[in-house]
Amino acid sequence: MASDGIVLKTEGLTKYYGGVHALEDADFTLQEGEHVAIVGDNGAGKSTFVRQITGVEQPTAGKIFFDGKEVTFGSPIDARDVGIEAVFQNLALADDLDVPSNIFLGREETYFNLGPFSFLNEKKMYKRSMEALERTGVKIPNLRNNIANMSGGQRQCVAISRAASFASKLIIMDEPTAALGVQETTQVENIIRGLKKQGIPLILVSHNLRQVFNLVDKIWVFRRGKIAGMLEADKTDGNEVVSLITGVKTGVHENASYI
Amino acid sequence: MAERTVTNQAEPVAAVATVEGGKRQRSHELNALIGLVGIALIFEILGWIFQGQSFLFNTQRLSIIILQVAVVGIIAIGVTQVIITGGIDLSSGSIVGLTAMVAMSFAQVGTYPRAVYPNLTDLPVVIPVLIGLSVGLAAGFINGALIAYTRIPPFIATLGMMVTARGAAKWYTRGQPVSFPTDSFAAIGQGMTPVIIFLAIAALFHVALKYTVYGKHTYAIGSNESAARVSGISVERHLILVYSIAGVLAALAGIVIASRGLTAQAGMGVMYELQAIAMAVIGGVSLSGGRGSIVGTVIGAAIFGVIISGFTFLRLSAYYQEMIMGAIIVAAVVADVYRQRYRTSAR
Ligand SMILES: Nc1ncnc2c1ncn2[C@@H]1O[C@H](COP(=O)(O)OP(=O)(O)OP(=O)(O)O)[C@@H](O)[C@H]1O
Ligand SMILES: [Mg+2]
Repeated sequence: MASDGIVLKTEGLTKYYGGVHALEDADFTLQEGEHVAIVGDNGAGKSTFVRQITGVEQPTAGKIFFDGKEVTFGSPIDARDVGIEAVFQNLALADDLDVPSNIFLGREETYFNLGPFSFLNEKKMYKRSMEALERTGVKIPNLRNNIANMSGGQRQCVAISRAASFASKLIIMDEPTAALGVQETTQVENIIRGLKKQGIPLILVSHNLRQVFNLVDKIWVFRRGKIAGMLEADKTDGNEVVSLITGVKTGVHENASYI
Repeated sequence: MAERTVTNQAEPVAAVATVEGGKRQRSHELNALIGLVGIALIFEILGWIFQGQSFLFNTQRLSIIILQVAVVGIIAIGVTQVIITGGIDLSSGSIVGLTAMVAMSFAQVGTYPRAVYPNLTDLPVVIPVLIGLSVGLAAGFINGALIAYTRIPPFIATLGMMVTARGAAKWYTRGQPVSFPTDSFAAIGQGMTPVIIFLAIAALFHVALKYTVYGKHTYAIGSNESAARVSGISVERHLILVYSIAGVLAALAGIVIASRGLTAQAGMGVMYELQAIAMAVIGGVSLSGGRGSIVGTVIGAAIFGVIISGFTFLRLSAYYQEMIMGAIIVAAVVADVYRQRYRTSAR
C-alpha cells in the first residue's frame, strides 16, 4: 500500500490517434476507497482515458502510477494482474459462450496445466459464477444459456459481475447503464453501492448527472481531450458541472477545487 | 428453473424477459443428423425406383463412401476450427498437393532408379511423414502469422497460400509425378486406415474444442474478437496456432492420399478446400464464426459423401454432379445466413 493513500495517479497522460488528440496531458488521482465519476461530452476522451489505464492501448506520453509504483501496462492482462477490472463501453462479452465462460474468459479454471490444451474445470467456474452473481444480486435463470439469448440488462449485469468479482484494487465502468431500463439501472447502482461498502475504489464514466451525484465522491470533468477540472460532489451542483463540461461559463475554475 | 421463482421484491431483478430463454433450440448437430437420414432415405427410394436395388444396404458402397469422406474429412476438421475463429482457409487443397509431393519424395524405394533423392531412399516411414507434416505446419503458420499480424482478411491470406503452395508443388519436381513408395509408407493409406485416422483426429479435436482452454478461446475469438482481446486472450498467438493445426491436418490428408494412390501429383487435392468448407457448413459451422462443432462437421462430411455416391449410384453424369455440388455449397451458406438473421432479429 502506498503511504499517501493514492491508488491511481496519472501524470501528463496523452493519447494521439494519428492527428486526433483524443487525450492530452491528463493529471488524475484516485484515493483509496474513493468512488469518482468521469463526465464530459461525447468525444471528450473519457473512453480513451479508460483504455490507457487498463492496458487496452498504450499511451503516447505520460506516466501511470498504481499503488505508489510507476506501471506500464503492455496488455489488459498486466492491468488485471495488479487488480484492475473494467467494464468497457461496448460490451466485452462473447455472444456464443455461456455465462461462466464469459465471466472466466481469459482466466479459465483448469484441472492441470497443459498450456493451451489444459482441461477446463467447468464445474468450478459454474459454481464460482453463481457465487459472483449472487454477491452482486444478479439473477439469471440459466447460466448455461449463451449470452446471445439474453437481454441487454442481463448481459450488462454479467459484465459487471465479472469485473466486480475479480477486482481487488480498482474497478472501472464506462457508461455501464447507458443502454439499460430503469430497473436494470437501479440494479447496477446497487452493485456500485456494494463496492463502496467493500471499500473498492471505482471510476464511473457516465452521462447521467443524477446518477453521478447519487453515487460518487468526486467528479472529474473532461472537455476536448483535457481534464477541465475536478469537483467534490457534495460541494457543487449540476449547473457548475454542466458549465465545466460545456466550458460556457468562464470563471468556474476558480470556484472548483482544481488540481 | 428454481432460480427464476426466487424473486426478491426489495432488489429489482435484472432478468425479466427471459422466460423464453428456457425454450432450447434444436441443436445444429441434430438438424444435420436428421438431414443425413433424410437424404440417405431419398437415395434409397430413388435407388429402388431407378436402379431396382438398395442404395444403403451394400457394404461395398458404404465403405467407398466412408473412405471418400475420410480424407477430405481430415482437412474439414482443421477448417472447422479456422471457421469457428471467424476465418476461412482456402489453401488446404494446395497444401495437400504440396505435402503429397514432398512426403512422397522422401518415401521412395531404393530399387527405383529415378528417385527424386537417389541417396535418400528406403528411409523409415516417420521421416517422410514428419517432413510432410512440417511443410503443412509451415504453410499454416505463415497463414496464421499473416492474418494475425498484418490484419489482412483470412480470405486473401489463404488465397495467396493456395496459389503459392500449388505453384511450389508443381515446381518441386518440375511437374513430374513422384511414385514408388516404400511398403511402410504405402501402408498408411491402405484399407480402412484413413478412416481410423479421420476418426481419431475428429475425436482428438472434439475433446480439444469442447473441454480445453484452446477450444474456449477459439469460440471466443470467433464470437467477439475485441472481447477476447480485452479479456486477455493473446488473439495473435491463438490464430497462429489454429491455422497451423489446419495446415498440419491438410498435410496429413496429403500424406494419406499419396500413400493410398502410391503416387503423388502436383494437382492432387484441387477443390478439396471447398469440399472441406462445405462439409463444415453443412454440419452447422457458421461462416460468421463462434458456432459449430466437430460432431457437426463429421455429420456434414457424411452428408457430403452420401450425396456424391448417391449421384454416382444413380449414374448421374459427372458434369451434373459438379454443378449440383456447387449449388449445395451455396445452399448451405444461404441457410447459415438465414440462421444468423433469425438469431439477430430474435434478440
Ligand atoms: N481508435 C481510434 N482511432 C481514432 N480516433 C479515435 C479512436 N478512438 C477514439 N478516437 C477519437 O478520440 C476522441 C475521444 O474519443 P472517446 O471515445 O474517448 O470519447 P468519449 O469521451 O468516450 O465519448 P462518448 O461519451 O461518446 O463515449 C474522439 O474524437 C474520437 O473520435
Ligand atoms: Mg466513451
